[in-house]
Amino acid sequence: MEIIYILWLRQLKRYFRSKSRIIGSLGQPLLFLLAFGFGFGSIYQKAGEGNYIQFLAPGIIAMSILFTAVFSGTEIIWDKQFGFLKETLVAPVSRLKIMLGRTLGGATVAVFQGLIVLVISLFAGFKIQNTSMLLTALLFMALIAVLFTALGTAIASVLEDMQGFQLIINFLIMPLFFLSGALFPIDGLPKTIAVITRINPLAYGIDGLRGALINSMHFGFTTDFLVLGSLVIILMVIGSYLFDKIQI
Amino acid sequence: MENIIIVKNLTKKFGNFTAVDNVSFDVREGTIFAFLGPNGAGKTTTIKILTTLLNPTSGELKINGHDPVKEEHETRSSFGIVFQDPSLDEELTAYENMKLHSVLYGVPKAIREKRIEEMLKFVELWDRKNSFVKHFSGGMKRRLEIARGLLHHPKILFLDEPTLGLDPQTRNHIWNYLQDLNKKENITIFFTTHYIEEAEKVAKDVAIIDNGIIVAQGTPDELKQKTKTSMLEDAFLNLTGRKIREEEAGAIDHLRMRRRVFHR
Repeated sequence: MEIIYILWLRQLKRYFRSKSRIIGSLGQPLLFLLAFGFGFGSIYQKAGEGNYIQFLAPGIIAMSILFTAVFSGTEIIWDKQFGFLKETLVAPVSRLKIMLGRTLGGATVAVFQGLIVLVISLFAGFKIQNTSMLLTALLFMALIAVLFTALGTAIASVLEDMQGFQLIINFLIMPLFFLSGALFPIDGLPKTIAVITRINPLAYGIDGLRGALINSMHFGFTTDFLVLGSLVIILMVIGSYLFDKIQI
Repeated sequence: MENIIIVKNLTKKFGNFTAVDNVSFDVREGTIFAFLGPNGAGKTTTIKILTTLLNPTSGELKINGHDPVKEEHETRSSFGIVFQDPSLDEELTAYENMKLHSVLYGVPKAIREKRIEEMLKFVELWDRKNSFVKHFSGGMKRRLEIARGLLHHPKILFLDEPTLGLDPQTRNHIWNYLQDLNKKENITIFFTTHYIEEAEKVAKDVAIIDNGIIVAQGTPDELKQKTKTSMLEDAFLNLTGRKIREEEAGAIDHLRMRRRVFHR
Protein backbone atom coordinates (compact mmCIF):
# COMPACT_ATOMS: atom_id res chain seq x y z
CA MET A 1 0.00 0.00 0.00
CA GLU A 2 2.82 2.35 0.90
CA ILE A 3 4.46 1.63 -2.44
CA ILE A 4 1.34 2.67 -4.35
CA TYR A 5 1.08 5.77 -2.15
CA ILE A 6 4.68 6.92 -2.65
CA LEU A 7 4.45 6.52 -6.45
CA TRP A 8 1.10 8.32 -6.45
CA LEU A 9 2.64 11.13 -4.41
CA ARG A 10 5.54 11.39 -6.85
CA GLN A 11 3.16 12.08 -9.75
CA LEU A 12 1.35 14.74 -7.75
CA LYS A 13 4.54 16.47 -6.67
CA ARG A 14 5.82 16.55 -10.21
CA TYR A 15 2.55 18.07 -11.38
CA PHE A 16 2.07 20.72 -8.72
CA ARG A 17 5.68 21.83 -8.98
CA SER A 18 5.34 22.54 -12.65
CA LYS A 19 3.18 25.65 -12.74
CA SER A 20 3.78 26.14 -16.45
CA ARG A 21 2.35 22.69 -17.10
CA ILE A 22 -0.83 23.43 -15.12
CA ILE A 23 -1.42 26.74 -16.86
CA GLY A 24 -0.28 25.49 -20.26
CA SER A 25 -2.69 22.59 -20.29
CA LEU A 26 -5.60 24.92 -19.48
CA GLY A 27 -5.08 26.86 -22.69
CA GLN A 28 -6.60 24.37 -25.06
CA PRO A 29 -9.82 23.59 -23.14
CA LEU A 30 -10.30 27.28 -22.51
CA LEU A 31 -9.99 28.07 -26.20
CA PHE A 32 -12.44 25.32 -27.14
CA LEU A 33 -14.92 26.42 -24.52
CA LEU A 34 -14.89 30.05 -25.58
CA ALA A 35 -14.49 29.68 -29.35
CA PHE A 36 -17.00 26.87 -29.82
CA GLY A 37 -19.25 27.88 -26.95
CA PHE A 38 -19.80 31.43 -28.12
CA GLY A 39 -19.16 30.74 -31.82
CA PHE A 40 -21.81 28.07 -32.25
CA GLY A 41 -24.03 29.22 -29.40
CA SER A 42 -26.60 31.07 -31.50
CA ILE A 43 -26.81 28.41 -34.25
CA TYR A 44 -27.35 25.74 -31.59
CA GLN A 45 -30.06 27.87 -30.02
CA LYS A 46 -31.78 28.42 -33.37
CA ALA A 47 -31.74 24.67 -34.00
CA GLY A 48 -33.91 24.42 -30.93
CA GLU A 49 -31.37 22.55 -28.81
CA GLY A 50 -31.07 25.14 -26.07
CA ASN A 51 -27.94 26.57 -24.47
CA TYR A 52 -24.75 25.35 -26.16
CA ILE A 53 -22.35 26.23 -23.29
CA GLN A 54 -24.56 24.07 -21.10
CA PHE A 55 -24.12 21.17 -23.52
CA LEU A 56 -20.46 21.81 -24.31
CA ALA A 57 -18.94 22.28 -20.83
CA PRO A 58 -19.07 18.60 -19.76
CA GLY A 59 -17.46 17.68 -23.08
CA ILE A 60 -14.62 20.15 -22.55
CA ILE A 61 -14.12 18.97 -18.96
CA ALA A 62 -13.80 15.43 -20.31
CA MET A 63 -11.42 16.65 -22.98
CA SER A 64 -9.06 18.25 -20.49
CA ILE A 65 -9.12 15.04 -18.44
CA LEU A 66 -8.44 12.98 -21.56
CA PHE A 67 -5.38 15.00 -22.56
CA THR A 68 -3.91 15.33 -19.07
CA ALA A 69 -4.45 11.62 -18.43
CA VAL A 70 -2.79 10.46 -21.64
CA PHE A 71 0.13 12.85 -21.06
CA SER A 72 0.55 11.58 -17.50
CA GLY A 73 0.58 8.02 -18.75
CA THR A 74 3.26 8.84 -21.28
CA GLU A 75 5.52 10.25 -18.57
CA ILE A 76 7.03 6.77 -18.67
CA ILE A 77 8.84 7.80 -21.84
CA TRP A 78 10.40 10.74 -20.02
CA ASP A 79 11.37 8.48 -17.16
CA LYS A 80 12.94 6.18 -19.70
CA GLN A 81 14.95 9.02 -21.23
CA PHE A 82 16.00 10.55 -17.93
CA GLY A 83 16.86 7.14 -16.52
CA PHE A 84 14.50 7.10 -13.55
CA LEU A 85 12.51 4.21 -15.00
CA LYS A 86 15.40 1.80 -14.31
CA GLU A 87 15.12 2.63 -10.64
CA THR A 88 11.52 1.41 -10.50
CA LEU A 89 12.07 -1.50 -12.89
CA VAL A 90 14.69 -3.23 -10.75
CA ALA A 91 12.82 -2.63 -7.48
CA PRO A 92 11.58 -5.80 -5.80
CA VAL A 93 8.00 -4.66 -6.13
CA SER A 94 5.12 -6.17 -8.10
CA ARG A 95 4.59 -4.53 -11.48
CA LEU A 96 0.88 -4.15 -10.75
CA LYS A 97 1.66 -1.98 -7.71
CA ILE A 98 3.95 0.24 -9.78
CA MET A 99 1.28 0.46 -12.45
CA LEU A 100 -1.42 1.26 -9.88
CA GLY A 101 0.65 3.96 -8.16
CA ARG A 102 1.57 5.66 -11.40
CA THR A 103 -1.90 5.38 -12.90
CA LEU A 104 -3.72 6.63 -9.82
CA GLY A 105 -1.24 9.50 -9.54
CA GLY A 106 -1.72 10.49 -13.17
CA ALA A 107 -5.48 10.11 -12.85
CA THR A 108 -5.64 12.30 -9.74
CA VAL A 109 -3.79 15.01 -11.61
CA ALA A 110 -6.19 14.67 -14.55
CA VAL A 111 -9.29 14.90 -12.33
CA PHE A 112 -7.83 17.99 -10.70
CA GLN A 113 -7.33 19.52 -14.12
CA GLY A 114 -10.93 18.64 -14.99
CA LEU A 115 -12.14 20.37 -11.83
CA ILE A 116 -10.29 23.55 -12.77
CA VAL A 117 -12.02 23.54 -16.16
CA LEU A 118 -15.36 22.94 -14.42
CA VAL A 119 -14.82 26.03 -12.29
CA ILE A 120 -13.74 28.08 -15.31
CA SER A 121 -16.80 26.98 -17.26
CA LEU A 122 -19.00 28.27 -14.41
CA PHE A 123 -17.60 31.70 -15.16
CA ALA A 124 -18.36 31.19 -18.85
CA GLY A 125 -22.02 30.74 -17.96
CA PHE A 126 -22.30 27.02 -17.27
CA LYS A 127 -24.84 26.05 -14.61
CA ILE A 128 -24.80 22.77 -12.72
CA GLN A 129 -28.41 21.57 -12.81
CA ASN A 130 -28.27 19.11 -9.99
CA THR A 131 -25.73 19.73 -7.21
CA SER A 132 -26.70 16.48 -5.49
CA MET A 133 -25.23 14.64 -8.48
CA LEU A 134 -21.78 16.23 -8.10
CA LEU A 135 -20.35 13.07 -6.58
CA THR A 136 -21.59 11.06 -9.56
CA ALA A 137 -19.92 13.60 -11.83
CA LEU A 138 -16.71 13.16 -9.87
CA LEU A 139 -16.99 9.38 -10.23
CA PHE A 140 -17.22 9.65 -14.02
CA MET A 141 -14.36 12.13 -14.10
CA ALA A 142 -12.26 9.64 -12.14
CA LEU A 143 -13.25 6.77 -14.46
CA ILE A 144 -12.27 8.75 -17.56
CA ALA A 145 -9.01 9.77 -15.87
CA VAL A 146 -7.98 6.26 -14.80
CA LEU A 147 -9.00 4.75 -18.14
CA PHE A 148 -6.92 7.11 -20.24
CA THR A 149 -3.93 7.24 -17.89
CA ALA A 150 -3.79 3.46 -18.12
CA LEU A 151 -4.10 3.72 -21.91
CA GLY A 152 -1.28 6.27 -22.01
CA THR A 153 0.91 4.06 -19.83
CA ALA A 154 0.23 1.03 -22.02
CA ILE A 155 1.09 2.94 -25.19
CA ALA A 156 4.16 4.57 -23.64
CA SER A 157 5.46 1.16 -22.57
CA VAL A 158 5.87 0.13 -26.20
CA LEU A 159 7.10 3.51 -27.48
CA GLU A 160 10.81 4.03 -27.80
CA ASP A 161 10.86 7.83 -27.61
CA MET A 162 8.78 10.98 -27.89
CA GLN A 163 8.85 10.92 -31.69
CA GLY A 164 6.11 8.32 -31.82
CA PHE A 165 4.03 10.49 -29.59
CA GLN A 166 2.73 12.83 -32.28
CA LEU A 167 1.32 9.78 -34.02
CA ILE A 168 -0.68 8.88 -30.93
CA ILE A 169 -2.05 12.41 -30.56
CA ASN A 170 -3.16 12.73 -34.18
CA PHE A 171 -4.42 9.25 -34.83
CA LEU A 172 -5.82 8.27 -31.47
CA ILE A 173 -6.43 11.08 -29.02
CA MET A 174 -7.83 13.66 -31.46
CA PRO A 175 -10.27 11.19 -33.07
CA LEU A 176 -11.28 9.96 -29.60
CA PHE A 177 -12.12 13.52 -28.67
CA PHE A 178 -13.82 14.71 -31.86
CA LEU A 179 -15.91 11.57 -32.29
CA SER A 180 -17.08 11.32 -28.70
CA GLY A 181 -20.04 13.64 -28.65
CA ALA A 182 -18.05 16.22 -26.71
CA LEU A 183 -18.93 18.89 -29.26
CA PHE A 184 -22.22 17.66 -30.76
CA PRO A 185 -25.18 15.50 -29.67
CA ILE A 186 -24.81 11.87 -30.73
CA ASP A 187 -28.47 11.24 -31.54
CA GLY A 188 -29.43 11.30 -35.18
CA LEU A 189 -25.91 10.98 -36.59
CA PRO A 190 -25.07 9.37 -39.96
CA LYS A 191 -24.65 5.63 -39.54
CA THR A 192 -20.82 5.38 -39.74
CA ILE A 193 -20.25 8.19 -37.28
CA ALA A 194 -22.89 6.74 -34.96
CA VAL A 195 -21.11 3.38 -34.95
CA ILE A 196 -17.73 5.01 -34.26
CA THR A 197 -19.08 7.03 -31.34
CA ARG A 198 -20.62 3.87 -29.90
CA ILE A 199 -17.26 2.11 -29.76
CA ASN A 200 -15.50 5.20 -28.41
CA PRO A 201 -15.05 4.81 -24.64
CA LEU A 202 -14.86 8.58 -24.15
CA ALA A 203 -18.46 8.88 -25.40
CA TYR A 204 -19.61 6.88 -22.38
CA GLY A 205 -17.57 9.04 -20.03
CA ILE A 206 -19.01 12.23 -21.46
CA ASP A 207 -22.50 10.74 -21.38
CA GLY A 208 -22.13 9.95 -17.68
CA LEU A 209 -20.73 13.38 -16.98
CA ARG A 210 -23.57 15.06 -18.85
CA GLY A 211 -26.13 12.95 -17.06
CA ALA A 212 -24.71 14.00 -13.71
CA LEU A 213 -24.19 17.68 -14.50
CA ILE A 214 -27.08 18.62 -16.82
CA ASN A 215 -29.53 15.72 -16.64
CA SER A 216 -29.21 14.77 -20.28
CA MET A 217 -28.12 11.31 -21.37
CA HIS A 218 -27.89 9.01 -24.33
CA PHE A 219 -26.77 5.62 -22.96
CA GLY A 220 -27.75 5.84 -19.28
CA PHE A 221 -25.64 5.63 -16.10
CA THR A 222 -25.58 1.83 -15.85
CA THR A 223 -24.27 1.31 -19.38
CA ASP A 224 -21.75 4.14 -18.98
CA PHE A 225 -20.48 2.77 -15.70
CA LEU A 226 -20.22 -0.83 -16.88
CA VAL A 227 -18.44 0.08 -20.12
CA LEU A 228 -15.92 2.37 -18.41
CA GLY A 229 -15.43 0.11 -15.40
CA SER A 230 -14.67 -2.99 -17.43
CA LEU A 231 -12.37 -1.09 -19.78
CA VAL A 232 -10.45 0.29 -16.80
CA ILE A 233 -9.82 -3.25 -15.55
CA ILE A 234 -8.83 -4.54 -19.00
CA LEU A 235 -6.45 -1.65 -19.63
CA MET A 236 -4.85 -1.94 -16.20
CA VAL A 237 -4.11 -5.59 -16.89
CA ILE A 238 -2.76 -4.88 -20.39
CA GLY A 239 -0.78 -1.93 -19.04
CA SER A 240 0.87 -3.97 -16.28
CA TYR A 241 1.70 -6.68 -18.78
CA LEU A 242 3.33 -4.27 -21.24
CA PHE A 243 5.09 -2.46 -18.40
CA ASP A 244 6.50 -5.78 -17.24
CA LYS A 245 7.86 -6.39 -20.72
CA ILE A 246 9.83 -3.14 -20.94
CA GLN A 247 13.51 -3.74 -21.66
CA ILE A 248 16.10 -1.02 -21.39
CA MET B 1 32.58 -21.05 -0.69
CA GLU B 2 29.32 -20.92 -2.64
CA ASN B 3 28.92 -19.11 -5.91
CA ILE B 4 26.29 -16.40 -5.57
CA ILE B 5 26.31 -15.48 -9.26
CA ILE B 6 26.57 -18.19 -11.90
CA VAL B 7 26.72 -17.27 -15.59
CA LYS B 8 26.86 -20.06 -18.16
CA ASN B 9 27.19 -19.48 -21.90
CA LEU B 10 25.44 -16.12 -21.77
CA THR B 11 24.82 -14.55 -25.17
CA LYS B 12 23.03 -11.30 -25.98
CA LYS B 13 22.44 -10.13 -29.52
CA PHE B 14 20.97 -6.81 -30.68
CA GLY B 15 20.02 -7.58 -34.27
CA ASN B 16 23.25 -8.66 -35.96
CA PHE B 17 25.43 -7.23 -33.24
CA THR B 18 26.59 -9.64 -30.55
CA ALA B 19 27.16 -7.60 -27.41
CA VAL B 20 27.88 -10.57 -25.15
CA ASP B 21 29.20 -13.75 -26.73
CA ASN B 22 28.96 -17.07 -24.91
CA VAL B 23 30.25 -15.69 -21.62
CA SER B 24 30.71 -17.87 -18.53
CA PHE B 25 31.92 -16.88 -15.06
CA ASP B 26 31.11 -17.38 -11.39
CA VAL B 27 31.21 -14.97 -8.49
CA ARG B 28 31.92 -16.31 -5.01
CA GLU B 29 29.67 -15.26 -2.19
CA GLY B 30 31.18 -12.47 -0.10
CA THR B 31 33.82 -11.46 -2.60
CA ILE B 32 34.57 -8.12 -4.23
CA PHE B 33 34.44 -8.88 -7.92
CA ALA B 34 35.79 -6.50 -10.56
CA PHE B 35 34.33 -6.87 -14.03
CA LEU B 36 36.76 -5.04 -16.28
CA GLY B 37 36.84 -4.29 -19.99
CA PRO B 38 37.28 -1.50 -22.52
CA ASN B 39 34.37 0.65 -23.67
CA GLY B 40 31.67 -1.32 -25.42
CA ALA B 41 33.06 -4.66 -24.22
CA GLY B 42 29.68 -5.82 -22.91
CA LYS B 43 29.97 -4.95 -19.22
CA THR B 44 26.82 -2.89 -18.87
CA THR B 45 24.82 -5.27 -21.07
CA THR B 46 25.85 -8.15 -18.80
CA ILE B 47 24.84 -6.20 -15.70
CA LYS B 48 21.50 -5.31 -17.27
CA ILE B 49 20.83 -8.97 -17.95
CA LEU B 50 21.87 -10.02 -14.43
CA THR B 51 19.58 -7.37 -12.94
CA THR B 52 16.47 -8.32 -15.00
CA LEU B 53 16.48 -5.17 -17.18
CA LEU B 54 17.26 -7.12 -20.35
CA ASN B 55 16.47 -10.66 -21.37
CA PRO B 56 19.38 -12.77 -22.60
CA THR B 57 19.34 -14.26 -26.09
CA SER B 58 20.57 -17.54 -24.61
CA GLY B 59 22.44 -18.89 -21.61
CA GLU B 60 21.86 -19.95 -18.03
CA LEU B 61 21.93 -17.58 -15.08
CA LYS B 62 21.62 -17.86 -11.33
CA ILE B 63 21.56 -14.87 -8.99
CA ASN B 64 21.48 -15.92 -5.35
CA GLY B 65 19.96 -19.20 -6.56
CA HIS B 66 17.30 -17.53 -8.73
CA ASP B 67 16.86 -17.31 -12.49
CA PRO B 68 16.56 -13.60 -13.46
CA VAL B 69 14.37 -14.47 -16.44
CA LYS B 70 11.84 -16.70 -14.69
CA GLU B 71 12.10 -15.57 -11.08
CA GLU B 72 12.35 -11.83 -11.60
CA HIS B 73 10.90 -10.86 -8.25
CA GLU B 74 13.13 -13.16 -6.16
CA THR B 75 16.14 -12.01 -8.16
CA ARG B 76 15.29 -8.35 -7.61
CA SER B 77 14.98 -8.95 -3.88
CA SER B 78 18.58 -10.22 -3.83
CA PHE B 79 20.47 -7.22 -5.15
CA GLY B 80 20.94 -3.47 -5.09
CA ILE B 81 22.41 -1.48 -7.94
CA VAL B 82 24.11 1.78 -8.77
CA PHE B 83 23.67 2.37 -12.49
CA GLN B 84 26.29 3.76 -14.81
CA ASP B 85 23.99 6.43 -16.23
CA PRO B 86 21.71 8.68 -14.18
CA SER B 87 18.56 7.21 -12.68
CA LEU B 88 17.47 9.94 -10.28
CA ASP B 89 14.21 11.85 -10.47
CA GLU B 90 15.46 15.35 -11.14
CA GLU B 91 12.14 16.97 -10.25
CA LEU B 92 12.37 15.63 -6.71
CA THR B 93 14.71 16.70 -3.91
CA ALA B 94 17.65 14.61 -2.77
CA TYR B 95 15.71 13.57 0.31
CA GLU B 96 12.62 12.64 -1.68
CA ASN B 97 14.71 10.46 -3.99
CA MET B 98 16.10 8.67 -0.96
CA LYS B 99 12.67 8.31 0.62
CA LEU B 100 11.15 6.88 -2.55
CA HIS B 101 13.97 4.36 -2.84
CA SER B 102 13.71 3.27 0.77
CA VAL B 103 10.00 2.57 0.33
CA LEU B 104 10.48 0.71 -2.97
CA TYR B 105 13.20 -1.43 -1.41
CA GLY B 106 11.34 -2.08 1.81
CA VAL B 107 13.75 -0.44 4.25
CA PRO B 108 11.87 -0.86 7.57
CA LYS B 109 10.04 2.29 8.63
CA ALA B 110 11.73 2.36 12.03
CA ILE B 111 15.23 2.78 10.62
CA ARG B 112 14.35 4.60 7.39
CA GLU B 113 14.96 8.20 8.44
CA LYS B 114 18.08 7.34 10.37
CA ARG B 115 19.50 5.44 7.42
CA ILE B 116 18.71 8.24 4.94
CA GLU B 117 20.38 10.80 7.21
CA GLU B 118 23.38 8.54 7.72
CA MET B 119 23.88 7.97 3.98
CA LEU B 120 23.32 11.60 2.98
CA LYS B 121 25.88 12.65 5.61
CA PHE B 122 28.22 9.97 4.33
CA VAL B 123 28.28 11.50 0.84
CA GLU B 124 28.17 15.01 2.31
CA LEU B 125 24.85 15.98 0.82
CA TRP B 126 22.89 16.32 4.06
CA ASP B 127 23.03 20.14 3.84
CA ARG B 128 21.51 19.91 0.38
CA LYS B 129 18.84 17.38 1.21
CA ASN B 130 15.99 19.71 0.27
CA SER B 131 17.52 20.88 -3.00
CA PHE B 132 16.14 19.63 -6.27
CA VAL B 133 18.38 17.11 -7.98
CA LYS B 134 18.19 19.12 -11.21
CA HIS B 135 20.29 21.81 -9.54
CA PHE B 136 23.06 19.34 -8.59
CA SER B 137 26.42 19.06 -10.33
CA GLY B 138 27.47 15.80 -12.00
CA GLY B 139 29.58 14.75 -9.04
CA MET B 140 26.82 15.49 -6.55
CA LYS B 141 24.34 13.41 -8.54
CA ARG B 142 26.83 10.58 -8.62
CA ARG B 143 27.26 10.73 -4.86
CA LEU B 144 23.53 10.78 -4.36
CA GLU B 145 23.13 7.72 -6.59
CA ILE B 146 25.71 5.87 -4.50
CA ALA B 147 24.10 6.93 -1.23
CA ARG B 148 20.75 5.75 -2.55
CA GLY B 149 22.17 2.42 -3.70
CA LEU B 150 23.54 1.80 -0.21
CA LEU B 151 20.29 2.59 1.61
CA HIS B 152 19.33 -1.03 1.87
CA HIS B 153 21.74 -3.88 2.41
CA PRO B 154 21.08 -6.60 -0.16
CA LYS B 155 23.04 -9.83 -0.66
CA ILE B 156 24.66 -8.56 -3.85
CA LEU B 157 25.54 -5.01 -4.77
CA PHE B 158 26.04 -4.17 -8.46
CA LEU B 159 28.05 -1.01 -9.06
CA ASP B 160 28.44 0.00 -12.69
CA GLU B 161 31.33 2.47 -12.76
CA PRO B 162 30.29 3.87 -9.40
CA THR B 163 33.21 6.26 -8.97
CA LEU B 164 33.17 7.71 -12.49
CA GLY B 165 33.89 11.43 -12.35
CA LEU B 166 34.58 11.55 -8.62
CA ASP B 167 37.76 12.95 -7.09
CA PRO B 168 40.30 10.61 -5.41
CA GLN B 169 39.19 11.71 -1.93
CA THR B 170 35.57 10.76 -2.56
CA ARG B 171 36.55 7.52 -4.30
CA ASN B 172 38.68 6.53 -1.36
CA HIS B 173 35.97 7.43 1.09
CA ILE B 174 33.40 5.37 -0.78
CA TRP B 175 35.62 2.33 -1.24
CA ASN B 176 36.51 2.26 2.45
CA TYR B 177 32.83 2.15 3.22
CA LEU B 178 32.18 -0.56 0.65
CA GLN B 179 35.04 -2.73 1.91
CA ASP B 180 33.73 -2.34 5.41
CA LEU B 181 30.24 -3.30 4.27
CA ASN B 182 31.65 -6.32 2.46
CA LYS B 183 33.53 -7.45 5.57
CA LYS B 184 30.85 -6.77 8.18
CA GLU B 185 27.74 -7.92 6.34
CA ASN B 186 29.33 -10.31 3.84
CA ILE B 187 27.70 -8.43 0.96
CA THR B 188 29.01 -9.55 -2.42
CA ILE B 189 30.16 -6.58 -4.48
CA PHE B 190 30.16 -6.79 -8.27
CA PHE B 191 31.58 -3.68 -9.88
CA THR B 192 32.94 -2.31 -13.13
CA THR B 193 35.45 0.49 -13.45
CA HIS B 194 37.94 2.06 -15.81
CA TYR B 195 40.24 2.92 -12.91
CA ILE B 196 42.24 -0.29 -12.99
CA GLU B 197 44.34 0.73 -9.98
CA GLU B 198 41.10 0.97 -8.04
CA ALA B 199 40.25 -2.61 -9.01
CA GLU B 200 43.74 -3.76 -8.07
CA LYS B 201 43.37 -2.21 -4.64
CA VAL B 202 39.95 -3.56 -3.69
CA ALA B 203 39.04 -6.54 -5.87
CA LYS B 204 39.52 -10.07 -4.63
CA ASP B 205 38.49 -11.53 -7.99
CA VAL B 206 38.67 -10.11 -11.48
CA ALA B 207 37.19 -11.02 -14.84
CA ILE B 208 38.20 -9.19 -18.02
CA ILE B 209 35.77 -8.98 -20.89
CA ASP B 210 36.62 -7.76 -24.38
CA ASN B 211 34.43 -7.71 -27.49
CA GLY B 212 31.80 -9.66 -25.59
CA ILE B 213 34.20 -12.48 -24.65
CA ILE B 214 35.82 -13.21 -21.29
CA VAL B 215 39.56 -13.07 -21.96
CA ALA B 216 40.82 -13.81 -18.45
CA GLN B 217 39.66 -14.36 -14.90
CA GLY B 218 41.26 -14.94 -11.52
CA THR B 219 42.65 -12.98 -8.59
CA PRO B 220 44.64 -9.81 -9.43
CA ASP B 221 47.84 -11.70 -8.57
CA GLU B 222 46.98 -14.61 -10.83
CA LEU B 223 46.35 -12.25 -13.74
CA LYS B 224 49.63 -10.45 -13.16
CA GLN B 225 51.51 -13.75 -13.04
CA LYS B 226 49.82 -14.99 -16.16
CA THR B 227 50.83 -11.91 -18.13
CA LYS B 228 54.19 -11.49 -16.36
CA THR B 229 53.38 -7.92 -15.35
CA SER B 230 53.68 -6.11 -12.04
CA MET B 231 50.58 -3.98 -12.26
CA LEU B 232 47.01 -4.98 -13.01
CA GLU B 233 46.74 -2.10 -15.46
CA ASP B 234 49.56 -3.58 -17.54
CA ALA B 235 48.00 -7.01 -17.32
CA PHE B 236 44.75 -5.47 -18.52
CA LEU B 237 46.42 -3.76 -21.47
CA ASN B 238 48.30 -6.93 -22.33
CA LEU B 239 45.09 -8.91 -22.41
CA THR B 240 42.89 -6.44 -24.23
CA GLY B 241 45.43 -4.72 -26.51
CA ARG B 242 46.18 -1.05 -26.79
CA LYS B 243 43.76 -0.12 -29.52
CA ILE B 244 41.27 2.56 -28.56
CA ARG B 245 37.70 1.28 -28.62
CA GLU B 246 35.69 4.14 -29.92
CA GLU B 247 34.28 2.04 -32.77
CA GLU B 248 32.79 -0.64 -30.57
CA ALA B 249 31.22 1.88 -28.25
CA GLY B 250 29.77 3.67 -31.26
CA ALA B 251 28.29 0.52 -32.71
CA ILE B 252 25.83 0.10 -29.89
CA ASP B 253 24.90 3.76 -29.94
CA HIS B 254 24.23 3.60 -33.66
CA LEU B 255 22.20 0.50 -33.20
CA ARG B 256 20.15 2.17 -30.50
CA MET B 257 19.52 5.13 -32.77
CA ARG B 258 18.51 2.94 -35.63
CA ARG B 259 15.94 1.06 -33.62
CA ARG B 260 12.41 1.67 -34.77
CA VAL B 261 9.84 3.82 -33.05
CA PHE B 262 8.17 0.74 -31.63
CA HIS B 263 10.59 -1.61 -29.97
CA ARG B 264 8.35 -4.62 -30.31
